[in-house]
Amino acid sequence: MTPILGIMASQNYPRVTNSYESIATVNVGAGGQSTISFTSIPSTYKHLQIRAIAKSNWSGNVVSYAMTLNGDSAANYSYHELYGSGSAAAAAGSANTSYMYAGVILGNSTASTWGATVIDLLDYQNTNKYKTSRVLTGADINGTGGYVELMSSSWRSTSAVNSITLSLISGYGTLFSQYSSFALYGIKG
Amino acid sequence: MAAGSTYTPIATTTISGTPASYTFSSIPSTYTDLVLIIAGTASGGTNTYVQFNGDTGTNYSTTYVYGDGTSAVSGRNTSTSTPSVGYISTAQGVSTVQIQNYSNATTYKSLLARWNNTGVLVAASVSLWRSTSAITSVLVGCSSGLTFTAGTTLTLYGIQAA
Repeated sequence: MTPILGIMASQNYPRVTNSYESIATVNVGAGGQSTISFTSIPSTYKHLQIRAIAKSNWSGNVVSYAMTLNGDSAANYSYHELYGSGSAAAAAGSANTSYMYAGVILGNSTASTWGATVIDLLDYQNTNKYKTSRVLTGADINGTGGYVELMSSSWRSTSAVNSITLSLISGYGTLFSQYSSFALYGIKG
Repeated sequence: MAAGSTYTPIATTTISGTPASYTFSSIPSTYTDLVLIIAGTASGGTNTYVQFNGDTGTNYSTTYVYGDGTSAVSGRNTSTSTPSVGYISTAQGVSTVQIQNYSNATTYKSLLARWNNTGVLVAASVSLWRSTSAITSVLVGCSSGLTFTAGTTLTLYGIQAA
């Protein structure tokens, strides 16, 4: 994927080829997995993107799951969300949290359906900025519930991101279910 | 280890005439996700929708949220044959549709869409196709008996995970 700026600019700007690359993928096997980790993330990209489908062993329907960076589990995050429940549009947010929002996940009360997520982690290597994530996520279960959400989170650290951990929020399952899949991509700038 | 460059154009079309739909067929199974870009206009204000593998049954559903400049609204269409992934009109509308794990033979297929239409609304949605079949074709259509306008572009990309 050529950066959009490259498409709109004059022909004199150099094009960046091979600019969207797959870095690593985690496919959850039989028996499940408690956390999803991407470690030793290369520093050679400008932005990161995670594309995922997720399900857990929680007994309910739809719930959010969490993301932390560089192993930081302290209250150094905050998030906002705009969401639709199918009956009402609403917003929420929280400061000084111990995780970012990664997306929504389906519990095991609904067969065959996984929550979908696209996470953008922008300028992840920049040591002059706090890190911001942007998430489009949702799950629809045909009349028995569902949410579509726009989420944004902040990690109040200027450290370059070298690891990402995805986990379930306490009380909402203990394992990501088989066939959940998480793919990390790097975007060059 | 990086699997190399991905995000590959599979097919693109610029609409000629005034068709109600267009179909991308013979989609390779070698990617992980598909991304569909819709950019264009229609003969009137209408939702755009997708159907997979020729399935015209009520095997789809959508949960959406949008803002129209006055209100924020959420709704749901259950057991529908035309899951909404955008809105176009005589004014330009654009949609980006993420079709996750489209060739997975275990899961139902979930789509995420973001779309906006000039002077009308900005929106996001999640849709479900209740089928475990791998997706081999994608029909993109206009609802309500309306048609695409010539010059509308539809592009399908494939993203391959490591």
